[in-house]
Amino acid sequence: MIEQIEQFSRPDAELPQGPRFGDFGGRFIPEALVPACEEIEEAFAKAVLDDDFRAEYRGLLAEYVGRPSLLTEAPRFSQHAGGARILLKREDLNHTGSHKINNALGQGLLARRLGKTRLIAETGAGQHGVATATAAALLGLECRIYMGAVDVERQALNVARMRLLGAEVTAVEAGSRTLKDAINETFRDWVASVESTHYVFGTVAGPHPFPLLVREFQRIIGLEARGQALELTGVLPDAVVACVGGGSNAIGVFHAFIPDASVRLIGCEAAGDGIDTPRHAATLTRGTVGVLHGAKSYQLQDEDGQTLESHSISAGLDYSGVGPEHAWLHETGRGEYRPVTDAQAMDAFRLLCRTEGIIPAIESSHALAGALELGRELGPDATILVNLSGRGDKDVTTAGRWFGYLDETAGDVE
Amino acid sequence: MSTATNTGSGTGGVLAAAAEEDRAAFIGYLPVGYPDVPGSLDAVRALADGGADIIEIGMPYTDPGMDGPVIEAATVQALSRGVRVRDVFTAIEAAADAGATPVVMSYWNLILQYGVDAYARDLAAAGGAGIVTPDLIPDEADEWIAASDAHGLDRIFLVAPSSSPDRLATVAAASRGFVYAASTMGVTGTREEVGSRAEDLVANTRAAGAEHVCVGLGVSTRQQAAEVARFADGVIVGSALVRALDDDGPAGVGRVAREFVEGVRD
Repeated sequence: MIEQIEQFSRPDAELPQGPRFGDFGGRFIPEALVPACEEIEEAFAKAVLDDDFRAEYRGLLAEYVGRPSLLTEAPRFSQHAGGARILLKREDLNHTGSHKINNALGQGLLARRLGKTRLIAETGAGQHGVATATAAALLGLECRIYMGAVDVERQALNVARMRLLGAEVTAVEAGSRTLKDAINETFRDWVASVESTHYVFGTVAGPHPFPLLVREFQRIIGLEARGQALELTGVLPDAVVACVGGGSNAIGVFHAFIPDASVRLIGCEAAGDGIDTPRHAATLTRGTVGVLHGAKSYQLQDEDGQTLESHSISAGLDYSGVGPEHAWLHETGRGEYRPVTDAQAMDAFRLLCRTEGIIPAIESSHALAGALELGRELGPDATILVNLSGRGDKDVTTAGRWFGYLDETAGDVE
Repeated sequence: MSTATNTGSGTGGVLAAAAEEDRAAFIGYLPVGYPDVPGSLDAVRALADGGADIIEIGMPYTDPGMDGPVIEAATVQALSRGVRVRDVFTAIEAAADAGATPVVMSYWNLILQYGVDAYARDLAAAGGAGIVTPDLIPDEADEWIAASDAHGLDRIFLVAPSSSPDRLATVAAASRGFVYAASTMGVTGTREEVGSRAEDLVANTRAAGAEHVCVGLGVSTRQQAAEVARFADGVIVGSALVRALDDDGPAGVGRVAREFVEGVRD
């Protein structure tokens, strides 16, 4: 089946290809990085038309990642969602445990074509860092991962995985010591190392062409899921639900459905302690338009334009910005974005563990919580496709503490 | 788009006057709000009294992607003490009153949120001559180009050793006053040597149409300043001044400034 899927958008496709998505996107970067961004843009445009590149990438997806990922019915979970039929797109079953590998391998191959010898990346939950470290090991490239010091602590298992894979991991102590600060530090590295180094941006944010590049490597999720859902149910789902931090898994699963007007696209943002508190990461729900990390989009900021710190129990959603294509989907109304609190996400996390025997990533649990709520609204005739973007092994310590199975210091790494 | 003709521009005039004295201009950077707002105003006055021709007032930002550890640490402290965007205009006024030609260095989102035209208007009213925009490239700058034309401000875009001839031409055409040449690929901070690529970059930027080119990033000693002054219109110093402020307060800034003033005349 995968052989029939043409993953990359045609150059003349009607949907936005960047640098602009409506009013959003662009390239707000130091002049020093313009040549690198132009080089990647050109290399990608050529690569997607090159049979050798496509064959090599498709081969890795099939034989290394394990694509196509499964579509799994969740009947016992569905009983808690007003009886709506819930289908899970199983990106958690990919090699390395999340959707991030789709993008890391694609960019790794591009970097090699450009003659780069070193990959660098930011990571929040560590899933993108692990995916990039994996791609570097597979392709024989050096690798350094920047991770906020707070995230290094709460995702200790993934830090160990990256080091096992041969990557150097730098804990970033600046600012809020989370994902946004890791991005700043990776850009600083890149400005000084751009001749030898490719920045494997992990989400659909950042300067052009990254929002396009990452989307194109992730849109396989929606292309597969659309076909699988049609095959299984005979009709398109009523809604596609995904969690949104920067938004790569959500764009990945949404993109193939954008022309299907009957399919609602619902992004679940991390509401942390609640959107009426200062401790959340609900960028589209509560943010305003500005420029952050190279693109114009929504962000959490104060009146002066200083970035506000975000909060989420989920490191992968704990980001003050969001990709420009989501800003465009939000502004046009094609996408709907809803807040999901830490508590709602953790309830859904536990429910999926106990009803389906699947331990989801806490990030993906936000989408599960959104699906439970939506199912109750839509009732038993509805079909809801949920992107299960990652598995929860990395979150066992956080979840164990949340539910009181582990004491407060269990799992700490010195 | 207006041209790179610098006659009449605030910083262009200063650079032309320095050239007539057969020397480069000394451009000093300090962040407003560090160690606090009143303290930063004292430091700015000391920098002007020390002889800086042009003073670059940096506005602290939460995500300063182009800055190294010295300036980042200063901006973190300034923000934690509550510096606001409007404090920039107070610092600009202080620099102008003390006899220097002041410009702002600001990441773009802070200007965008204030309102680009309103910012340009208030900057001009405070006596500012222009803005250095480290994360705004000419391709994204339509609104700033219009506002700077309306309010008579200089547009100081950057070039880097990685810039292609096309990019140099684009930046030179969009800039007014001077072009800021980043001496090395990297962030702000002191370096043992300023790359030899800086000299080539200045020559190439002039060849691409820029009337004045000033060099920044990594200049931290009198000797480096003298070396850069041989080939550039101006020498930009930042982290070394922030360090002097840390070590000896405004008096330290004045002392170090005088060293650079001599350096650009060596």
